[in-house]
Amino acid sequence: MFELSQDHEDFRRLVREFAEAEIAPHIADWDRKHYFPTELVPKMGELGLFGLVAPEEYGGAGLAEGAFTYQCLAIEELGRVDQSIGITLSAGVGLGINPILTYGSAEQKQQWLPDLVAGRALAGFGLTEPEAGSDAAATRTRARLDGDEWVINGAKAFITNSGTDITSVVTVTAKTGENVDGSPQLSAIMVPAGTPGFTVEPGYEKLGWHVSDTHGLSFDDCRVPAANLLGEQGSGFRQFLKTLDDGRIAISALAVGLAQACLEATTDYAGSRIAFGKPIGANQGVAFPLADLAVMVEASRLLTYKAAWLKDELTAGRRSVREVKQAAAICKVYSTEAAVTATRIATQVFGGNGFMEEFPVARFYRDAKILEIGEGTSEVQRMVIARGLGLPQA
Amino acid sequence: MNIVVCVKHVPDAQSERTFNEDNTTDREGVDGLLSELDEYPVEAALQLVDAAQGEVTVLTVGPDQAADAIKKSLQMGAHRGVHVNDAAIHGSDAVATSLILAEAIKKIGDVDLVLTGLASTDGTMSVVPAMLAERLGLPQVTVASELTVEGGKATIRRDGDVASETIEASLPAVVSVTDQINEPRYPSFKGIMAAKKKPVETWSLADLGVDAGSVGLDAAWTTVESFEKRPPRQKGQIVTDEGDGGTKLAQFLSAQKFI
Ligand SMILES: Cc1cc2nc3c(=O)[nH]c(=O)nc-3n(C[C@H](O)[C@H](O)[C@H](O)COP(=O)(O)OP(=O)(O)OC[C@H]3O[C@@H](n4cnc5c(N)ncnc54)[C@H](O)[C@@H]3O)c2cc1C
Repeated sequence: MFELSQDHEDFRRLVREFAEAEIAPHIADWDRKHYFPTELVPKMGELGLFGLVAPEEYGGAGLAEGAFTYQCLAIEELGRVDQSIGITLSAGVGLGINPILTYGSAEQKQQWLPDLVAGRALAGFGLTEPEAGSDAAATRTRARLDGDEWVINGAKAFITNSGTDITSVVTVTAKTGENVDGSPQLSAIMVPAGTPGFTVEPGYEKLGWHVSDTHGLSFDDCRVPAANLLGEQGSGFRQFLKTLDDGRIAISALAVGLAQACLEATTDYAGSRIAFGKPIGANQGVAFPLADLAVMVEASRLLTYKAAWLKDELTAGRRSVREVKQAAAICKVYSTEAAVTATRIATQVFGGNGFMEEFPVARFYRDAKILEIGEGTSEVQRMVIARGLGLPQA
Repeated sequence: MNIVVCVKHVPDAQSERTFNEDNTTDREGVDGLLSELDEYPVEAALQLVDAAQGEVTVLTVGPDQAADAIKKSLQMGAHRGVHVNDAAIHGSDAVATSLILAEAIKKIGDVDLVLTGLASTDGTMSVVPAMLAERLGLPQVTVASELTVEGGKATIRRDGDVASETIEASLPAVVSVTDQINEPRYPSFKGIMAAKKKPVETWSLADLGVDAGSVGLDAAWTTVESFEKRPPRQKGQIVTDEGDGGTKLAQFLSAQKFI
């Protein structure tokens, strides 16, 4: 079975120390100002956080096995201090680096990966559109080949890491024709930042994740070289589906970090806040929800690292895609819903203070909701799980 | 250039710290870590060998858990570790610790520079570097907030209350550094992986030819008679300004002999 080794724990300690020293003292300020801390990204790069799954030739760790579990640990530990920074890493690797690493040509990898792995640059992946989210196949953005250039027209919505000062490239899915059966042919195309016709819209006003960079993108006769096609023409959708499971497990790890943070903050508070002459935690009415929180943290963590381990086993050729898909959907739906509940318990135990931005649990509460939506909504996870059970499809 | 950095494993100041029955610090029942002030000499050593060449050996004296201080230093980039671990060392004072360190450094041999932190974050005595230099018969240049090594000489800047001094010493030398000297690096993922393959030797007092009777609690020049918890902070005095706030403030400060 799976277990975390001493190496994993050493690595967790490193990321925790980093997050507490480099993020915790500033995060309330960044969050209030909706400030994306560009200067933090290369520091994360120096720690090796962007290169855990990458080979050494691009500056990565070059791990033979178990890389994804390390990735999840890093996301969990950053997420324990701040969710926005956690998603910056998760999306930076899962959506930015992974597609290039998995499907890129030798030249594409050489061109983009060294900077991305070092944290000198960030990349995004644009799948979601104003009219196509859960139903990603409904993509309307089009790209047509004109000589040796793709001409892209359309729009993307909610794209993480797409508009930072160091964003180097955004890979977008676009319709590049029709398959023989009449279904849309989707391909992935890399659009370097600053390409004429590629507009990054102003950042969204979000409920949470204030420190994470999210933009709508629009493409108006945007031209990029034909060589910017990522992978094969027409395989955009299939490629995307293959990277989906990683993203779900990563979001689950982010949720574990959030629930863990709630557990720590709330246990502290319940032990020290006095009401009716004793610490509030002495009342079962406060202690039991905290016990539930501890159960959720434990269960989320186990489901998440089981799925991460399965993913690593899949990479090593010892497990099937089907097993990972099911485990990923299960951990994602459970951990993210548990995290939302955890923030509700935490803010409740904090009373009025829980509603005040002065206390991190208020930020946690705002940050939790998106976990049930991004990288596939809870409903989508349940669809996947039900399909995995072999139930008849609508 | 071969550098030995003396590092100490100390109880984590964030956690509840306690004493043993013999009034020595409890080093087993609490979480420990590499003394934060010792990250600075490790970083200084790494910068020196990054710029020139050479090897950084981290040396610690302490019980089993002290291996963790070596591990952290190796993860940061030091090349090898030496851990002096012997039950007879328990309760050693600074005099004995400096003896053990000195003998270990002699055994390591061929050392150009010995670096230490300003003080350990548990004992905070700051005397080991000086004692160590004396025992090794080496120049001691302490409390360095800047360090350069060139042409067989170490040059440091020492910032005092009234002046900054520049001091030179011929190598080999013992140099203690402050937390102003650099910004210690975090280990990296690669550092953690590389550290596992780095050599760490464990030596006993016998390996160093140190007589067990000359160290440990019984040989200590000082003993801790008793200890008690620091009393909780007293409430501060609030000076209400009724037009004479300045005078009252001055009276308070002069009564406390601050002015
Ligand atoms: C902050 C943020 C960052 C994001 N980052 C990225 C990014 O980097 N890249 C990217 O491509 N996307 C990104 N997204 C988009 C995200 O993945 C989508 O918002 C998500 O997949 C849901 O799609 P949608 O918003 O279109 O909702 P819809 O698909 O319109 O869903 C609306 C509701 O209907 C439900 N629903 C839909 N279909 C069904 C069904 N068949 N059965 C039952 N219920 C159903 C959904 O579960 C949901 O509750 C981000 C979103 C946010 C908010």
